[in-house]
This record gives sequence, structure tokens and C-alpha cells, in this order.
Amino acid sequence: MTEVQPSKEVAEYTEVHRHPEPKSFLWKYIFSVDHKVIGIQYLLLAVVAVFVGMALSLLVRLRLVCPECSYPLLGQFFPVGAPEGVMTPEFYLAMLTMHGTVMVFMVLTTAPQGGFGNYFLPIQIGAADMAFPRLNMLSFWTTFVSFLLLMAAFVVEGGAPMSGWTGYPPLSALPEATLPGIGQDLWLASIAVFCIASLLGALNFIVTTLDLRAKGLTMMRMPLTCWTWFVTAILGLLAFGVLLAAGVLLLMDRNVGTSFFVPAGLVVSDKVIDHSGGSPILWQHLFWFFGHPEVYIAILPGMGVTSHVLSTFARKTVFGYRAMVYAIAAIGGLGFVVWGHHMFVSGMSPYSAFVFSVLTMCIGVPSAIKTFNWIGTMWGGKIRFTSPMLYSIGFVSLFVSGGLSGIFLGQPTVDLYFHDTYFVVAHFHLIMGVAAIFGMFAGLTFWFPKMFGKMMNEPLSKIHFWITFVGVYAIFGPMHYLGMLPHPRRYAEITSVDYLGATGAAELHMFITVAAVLTVLAQFIFLYNFVKSIFAGKECREENPWEATTLEWTIPSPPPHDNFAGKVPHVYRGAYDFALRGAKRDFAMQCNDDKAVYGEPAPQASGD
Amino acid sequence: MSEGHAATMAAPTWRGGGSPVAVGHKKLGMWLFIVSDSLTFSALLLTYSYVRVANDWPTPFHFFPSIVFSTIMTLVLLTSSLTMVYAVSAAHHGARRKAAKWIWATAFFGTAFVVLHGYEWMHLMVDEGMYPWANEYGTPLFGGTFFLITGLHMFHVITGVAYLGIVALGYRRGKWLPEDVEVAGLYWHFVDLVWMFVFPLIYLLSTSVD
Repeated sequence: MTEVQPSKEVAEYTEVHRHPEPKSFLWKYIFSVDHKVIGIQYLLLAVVAVFVGMALSLLVRLRLVCPECSYPLLGQFFPVGAPEGVMTPEFYLAMLTMHGTVMVFMVLTTAPQGGFGNYFLPIQIGAADMAFPRLNMLSFWTTFVSFLLLMAAFVVEGGAPMSGWTGYPPLSALPEATLPGIGQDLWLASIAVFCIASLLGALNFIVTTLDLRAKGLTMMRMPLTCWTWFVTAILGLLAFGVLLAAGVLLLMDRNVGTSFFVPAGLVVSDKVIDHSGGSPILWQHLFWFFGHPEVYIAILPGMGVTSHVLSTFARKTVFGYRAMVYAIAAIGGLGFVVWGHHMFVSGMSPYSAFVFSVLTMCIGVPSAIKTFNWIGTMWGGKIRFTSPMLYSIGFVSLFVSGGLSGIFLGQPTVDLYFHDTYFVVAHFHLIMGVAAIFGMFAGLTFWFPKMFGKMMNEPLSKIHFWITFVGVYAIFGPMHYLGMLPHPRRYAEITSVDYLGATGAAELHMFITVAAVLTVLAQFIFLYNFVKSIFAGKECREENPWEATTLEWTIPSPPPHDNFAGKVPHVYRGAYDFALRGAKRDFAMQCNDDKAVYGEPAPQASGD
Repeated sequence: MSEGHAATMAAPTWRGGGSPVAVGHKKLGMWLFIVSDSLTFSALLLTYSYVRVANDWPTPFHFFPSIVFSTIMTLVLLTSSLTMVYAVSAAHHGARRKAAKWIWATAFFGTAFVVLHGYEWMHLMVDEGMYPWANEYGTPLFGGTFFLITGLHMFHVITGVAYLGIVALGYRRGKWLPEDVEVAGLYWHFVDLVWMFVFPLIYLLSTSVD
């Protein structure tokens, strides 16, 4: 890499030690310690995983609308799960389980945090790399091992596990209750390894954020993306350790003969199980103590990207920056005390349920603050409808739609009715799945020019946005109605149930499946756009094509090995100085001092 | 090199960070690891409490030999924390040889703990017929929780002994800094602290009072 010219934007630099760039392919691209390469590795892993997960969801949809249909190709790959191409109910449950697991762990947890966070957190805070670069590499490769273990569950005898992504015992704990095989063990090993990888990553993110900020970059001047990565890392640090413990316990139940999660007197296939003393509810407590924060691990980075993008393209400062920071922290904190709302139907005491319910409602407050502030940010702005902006607006829409049904489900009495229905499927897909994915689309289209020095094709991105946006509502909107019927979720066979036929559920399922197929097809537009743009996109060597304010836009695209070429900029202002009066431009970058923004003499000091 | 560098380690690298977290990467990282690891142990100890309350829990341990033996193990581990304090202190005074000596002493007591613990495991399994899946005292989970929690703790001690060995060699040769010794000390004291929960919960509470 040739010597990089310092950016004209920067008012002042601090010199720091420069690391030599590795030369060989292996150390530069495979076992790289460069946070940017690792970020892209995480993103690629997530792209592979998301297509696997989507394929699984399609199988689930196909089985639902036509249980007896034969797909010969499927039969070739899965002679046991789909004999002669017809999916068995067990196969349906396995696909459902793996869809959830792949999406939650390998996509929603890796891409927003491990991908974008890795790439942009150090740059946005003015650092040359993460605090522990080698640990960072280790985190990625551990995650990769976890992914391989999960995929291995498809090919072992007995196939993938079928106890859901929540792995509820006793189904998950008793090998005799499912098809014989080690699928569930591989699943558990994968989750345990994933926990370790995530813990290492979270630790790295927190230390980096606290220790490596450039001079002048106080916490309250950080971009909201950094705040969300920071809080997400704290959630990960506290949550994954508990899941690790739970995973080890369940592995012991399956393989060592303990009975932590298996009560006495269970009868499986007319045989009394030789276990006693445990409780499946214990697993639910341990799992959801992780599981609820996990929801915020998935969505918080999307919130950060949305705030960032809305402000940039509305050309207005984030409305209520401090309130946004406190809301992020409040959502993170409350996320640890509401896990019981996943367990209202577990026979929980109504008094406990009441406490969990009230705490759950409390999350509505910071969520509403964020929503109103997003709208306030756009209000009266000079909005530029670029594709990242569209995805971010889509995020706000999906967050509101998915959040509202959360208010229903947070009430124990209502949840008793809705819990095992499609209403829940609609709720968590909108808010945790699709909203978070829209955050990723926004992030990818927004940062693409910085990462690859090329632009993505805007018209294609917009076409993709509209099809996907309408598509996900077409898929998950009707599921609310299905849930009210109430149509049970997780059932492999629904076509022969009479009361569903009379209410139009079968037709709705067909509609949803068609919408799902079309929406999945639209994702290939994005994949094509992404891959094509990397290799043959419109060149964009400009440092700051979006006229944004944060530090990543002061360095070349793509950034050099150590980001700021041995220098670190000083930061003079908050992250969202837009629509400035009396300034030379309508925005000020974080590293511009007042002289650079207003010329001499500075009329006023800029607040942050 | 050691003293001057050690002093600058405390400042965050690019001066953006400030009090109260103005500590070096490694120390902060170790504290965070301790936070997450303590949650893992907490989950296991909560599991233990949960199944203990839910079952008719046996109290098979007697003052002799179980409690006497585990008390000796506890004293060995506590002593290792004391020698670690001396090691950190020596390192901060720049006394490399002395610090390395104290670290080796810590590793020795750590190894002694593992040996004693291993002996006790063997005794419980061979003589008492207690296994993770079964025992003669009562609910099988008694053995399950015992071996899981003490096993995970023992795994931490073994890892810690290896870690101490690396630090002792590295610091002795001048490759590592006094702060690295302190960070190793943090880990070691944490492992010791975990035992201070395991010992009363797993041993003392499972003792027959007669």
C-alpha cells in the first residue's frame, strides 16, 4: 500500500505507532488480524448463512401448503427426511429448527455486530484496529467452526435436531424421544462454541470502545452506531455466558446421564425414562435469560445504523441524541429482566407473570422514544431518498409494526391465547428478523462505497427495497390473522384440519407461501447487485460520497491497512452536525474544528 | 523498560478514554472476562440451588475425611492467592527473578490443589460409587452437580496453572510487562474466589451435622 495522503478534512492529528501490513495471501485474507478483513469475513459468513436459512424457510412454507407434494431433488439429498421427495413431519421440524438457529445465531448475531461493528467501530472512533486483533481473528474462526458444526447436523444419521431453535427439553434432552443420531449434540456443540466466540468478540468490542477513542471523542460524541455496538457487546458479554452453561448442562443430560432438565416419570414410546430430579422449566429460565437479550443483540445495531442513516440523509442532526443514548442503554438494561414473558404458558405464578409483564411494557417507553426521535429526525429535513435511506425508513416501519404486537404478547392473559400461534411467528419475524435485516441492508448500501470503493446500483437497490418491503408485509401481515384464529404454530400438517379450512387459513397459507417465494427471489437481485458491484460497480474513490460527518468518511475508500495511516484525527464535535447556519457547508465532520467549518472568526462554539 | 512502560500502560492509547476506565487493554479485558465467566458459574450455581430445592437433597459428607480434606484444599488454594500477591508486588518493583519465583510458587500450589482434588474425585468414584449419573446417597443430581461444578472449577485451575507458567517464563525473560503479571493475578484470584462459593455450597451444605 502506498503512503496515504492525510485527509484535508482533518484539523489535527495524533501520531500513533504503525503496524506493517502482511504480504502473504494467507495472513492478509484468511488469518487476518485486520478488523476490516475480519468484518468482511463475518459478512460473507452471514450471507452464506442467510441463504441457507432462507432455503430452509422455503421448505417449511412448501411443506405447510402441500404436505404430500414430492420434490425429487430433495429426496436425493435427504433420503430419510424426504423419502421420494416427500417431507416427513420430522423433517419439517428439523428444517424449522435449523432455520431459526441459522438465522438467529449465524445471521442476526454475526452480521450487524461481527460484520459491520468489526469493520466500522474502530474507524468511527479513530482507532487503527480493535484492542485485541488476534483475539478478533480467533472470534471469527471460532464462529466459523460453530457454523460448520451446525451444518454437520444436516448430514449425520438422524439428521438435524427438531426441538426448535430454543432447544426445549425434554425433546432436546432425550435421545430416545427423537430420531436416533447426534444432530442435537452437534447443534449444542455449535451453540457452545458460538457462545465462546461471541464472548471473545464482546470483550473486544467493549475494550475497544472504552480504550481506543481518538482525542476529543467523548462517549457522548460517539456516533449512535458505536453506542449500539457497545451496548450490544455488553449484552453479549452477560448473556452468552449463561447460554454456555445451559448448553453444557443439556449436553451432559444427553451424553453423561445426568437429569438437569428431565423430570422423573416421563414415558416415551411406552417406556419409563430412567431420569429423575430435573426440570425443563430450568432450561427455559437459563435459555431465555440469554434469549431475550439476544433479541436486542440482533436489533440494536440496526437501530444504530438507522439513526445514523436517517440523520445523514435527512440532513438533520439526530433528534434527541442524548435521549437516544439513554434509550439504547435502557433497552439493553431492561432486556435482562423480562425473560419471563417467554414463559407465561409454562405454568408460571401469575404474580411473577405480572412482574415480567410490567417490566416488558416498560421497554415500550425507550422504544417509543427511539421511534419518535427517528420521525423527529426526518421531520422538516431535506430528505435524500437514497437506497440506504429507504431501508432505514423501512426499518422504522417494521420496528413499529413488530413492536405493537409485542404489547399484545407482553400481557399474560393475551399471551396465553396467542403464545402457540402464528401471531408470535408474525411478531418476532417482523421485529427481530426482518427489521434487523433491513438494518443490515441499510448498513451495506450505506457503507458499500467505503468498503469497496465502488457504488452499488441504486435503481436495483430500490427495486429490491420495494419488493422486499411489500413482500415481508405480505408474508407476516396475514400471520397475525392466522394467529387470531388461533392457528397453532410448529404444526407440520395443517391442511386436513377442518376449522382452518372454513376460515380461509389454507388460502392465506398459500398466499403467504407465494409471497415468500417471490420475496426470496427478490433477494437474488440484491445478491447480484452486491457481487456485481464489488467487481464491476461504478468507481467511487471519493472519501465522502454521502456528505456524512463521521470519521470513516475522512479516509480513502477502501481504507488502508491501518485506517488512518499512522495518524489519528482529533475530534471536535458530535457525530451529527448537519444543517449548520453560517457554515461553509451544511454539515461539519467530527474532525473539523470551528475554523474549518465557519472560516475565521468562529461565530459560535458548536455543541455536541 | 519495565517501570516506565508499566506506567504508560495505564493511559488509554489515543487519549479519548478517561477515568474511571483509564486502564490498559489487557486489564480491562480480563475484568470483562471475569464478569462473563462469573455469569457462567452463577448459572451453574443457580442450577444447583434449583435442583437442590426441588429434590430431597442428601448430605453424605462427614467432617472426616471429606470436610477436613476439602478444607486442606481450600487452604492450599488460598495460599496460592497469597503467593500471587507477592508475585504481583515483586513485578511492580521490577524484581523479575523474585516475581517469577512467586509465580512458580503459585503454580505449584495450584497444581497441588488439582492433585488433591483429583485424588478426592477418585476416592468418591472408586470407594463411594459416586458418578455424575448415579450415587448411593440419593438423587443422582447430587453427583451431577458436584462433578460439573467442581470439574469446571478444576478446568479453570488447570488452565490457570498453564497461564501462570507462560507468564512466569515470559516475564522472567523480559518479554512481558508487570501489568501482565497483574492481569494473570486477577484471573487467579477470580478462580480462587469462585472456590469460595463452591466450597460452602457444594461441601459444607452437604455435610451431615451429627
